[in-house]
Amino acid sequence: MSDALLTVSGVVAGYRRDLPILHGISLEVHRGELVTIVGPNGAGKSTLIKAIAGLVPISEGRVELDGTDITSLATHKMGSASVAYVPQTDNVFTTLTIDENLRLGAAALPRSLAKDRIAQAYKRFPALRDHRDRKARVLSGGQRQLLAFARSLLTEPALLMLDEPSAGLSPAAVSEVFGHLTDLSKDGITILMVEQNVKAALAISDRTYVFAEGENRIDGPSGVLADDPDMKAIYFGGTKRSTHAASAG
Amino acid sequence: MLQALADGILTGAIIALGAIGLTLTMGILRFANFAHAELITWGAYMALAAVSLLGPLGGPIGPFSFGLPLILGTIAAMALTSVLALAIDGLVFRQLRGTSNHLTLVFASFGVSLLVRMLILLIFGGAATYYSNTLQIAIPVAPGLRLMPDQLFALGLAAVLVVALYLFLQHTRLGLSMRALAENPDLTRVNGVSTARVIRWTWIIGASLAAVAGVLYGLTVQLRPEVGFHLILPLFAAAILGGVGNIPGAVIGGMIVGLAESFAVFILPPGYKMAVPFLILLAVLYVRPTGLFAGTAGAAK
Ligand SMILES: Nc1ncnc2c1ncn2[C@@H]1O[C@H](COP(=O)(O)OP(=O)(O)OP(=O)(O)O)[C@@H](O)[C@H]1O
Ligand SMILES: [Mg+2]
Repeated sequence: MSDALLTVSGVVAGYRRDLPILHGISLEVHRGELVTIVGPNGAGKSTLIKAIAGLVPISEGRVELDGTDITSLATHKMGSASVAYVPQTDNVFTTLTIDENLRLGAAALPRSLAKDRIAQAYKRFPALRDHRDRKARVLSGGQRQLLAFARSLLTEPALLMLDEPSAGLSPAAVSEVFGHLTDLSKDGITILMVEQNVKAALAISDRTYVFAEGENRIDGPSGVLADDPDMKAIYFGGTKRSTHAASAG
Repeated sequence: MLQALADGILTGAIIALGAIGLTLTMGILRFANFAHAELITWGAYMALAAVSLLGPLGGPIGPFSFGLPLILGTIAAMALTSVLALAIDGLVFRQLRGTSNHLTLVFASFGVSLLVRMLILLIFGGAATYYSNTLQIAIPVAPGLRLMPDQLFALGLAAVLVVALYLFLQHTRLGLSMRALAENPDLTRVNGVSTARVIRWTWIIGASLAAVAGVLYGLTVQLRPEVGFHLILPLFAAAILGGVGNIPGAVIGGMIVGLAESFAVFILPPGYKMAVPFLILLAVLYVRPTGLFAGTAGAAK
């Protein structure tokens, strides 16, 4: 608990003030951890990530990064607060070239630093360098995801939030993307990720939260959760609150 | 024939300057701003006010009908039109953005355009006027084609501005942010860009180009409080033809509308000139609903 990088406590949030989607979410991500959020479609996983990133208004509760309140920090200041976010869909600018996508991601940095970081990104993702002057719309799903990663890393964030990085990818692309994730995690970046690919996600993450209907129902070490009967219940019907509320974090 | 071509290009250049601002603000702010055309009128009259104050600074330069006062006046008009655009955005559009639907914004822009036009009428009166009474001699440019020096100046300035804007959008961080914002506002914020700042600059650039369009119109045609009103349809036709959010598209769209208006007199009775942009627009939208060149805003959704 003492080593929490991200602390979310009792967050109520939604797209309209009269219609909250999240009904009091609490979670913690410790420094260096890779934490996964899973849950059925519409559970509010993306909404939580967006709320942390400042794209969905939070009406109650608190978000802290390293002890600093970032609950109502403007989205464009998240980068300088060391938070990076890769959205679930539309996470690259298709009308801009790959190089322009990266230049935009580094626009908040001093010019020489931006240049260095972009060079580093090309080193980590050589496939991007090969297409640097082409529009991002020509990239495959997997390449787009890598471009989105590369962009999010330019500011050297302490916390990286990824929303379904494997969605819609071919099995080969999924293992490439997850391979990069494991590497990033080993490099010491703290990662909070949403995944539908439960098996693969549990395999690479330290801890997992299970969301349903705007609440977090269960959480625990990924290895333990993989065999949890409650978890299976949430995934295969029976999402009644009373059944699982006791184990909610 | 050649004369119609030259006239069409000149009209097209003025429409293009206005349409660039319109397509930028439509692409980025995502609503049809009918008040944009009034920025053109406002710019033209702000320059007139400046010229009457700065008159003593000098007479006409070379073959042109204008001198230093109009050049400085144009710069002042760009600044004052930007101020008006920012004020309109702050007082009206920003209040409505986010909370209301697009139609509310569109109607608000109707209201604003009416207000601006009335304000201009109130201050400057309704009579047509000119920046200068200096007579110009048309110079033969090619066989069968004579142009006023002012017209050549207008074409040159429009071309320089279009190229400058293009380079700005391609090669500066702010230009990059503007293109990003036109495609995906949330992702632009996620990239660490303050969209409020980019929107401010979008208004400043759009308004400045509108002011220049107004001055060039006043210089090559005349100043009337209805200048903007009559340009609404050509501007929208040009912006939509080119694809909303697409700068080169708006320039080409402006040229198509200008040329079509100017050649239409060979086929249609002069009274129908106003309908030409509308007809082109309908024809193009019938074949290609996203415009001739898909705009960035079109690609985003
Ligand atoms: N932009 C939006 N405006 C209004 N409601 C939205 C919006 N996006 C999502 N919602 C609603 O919020 C609820 C939670 O959606 P959210 O996208 O957070 O789910 P999710 O857990 O990420 O699901 P998925 O696994 O399908 O991505 C859903 O009921 C959804 O309809
Ligand atoms: Mg989602």
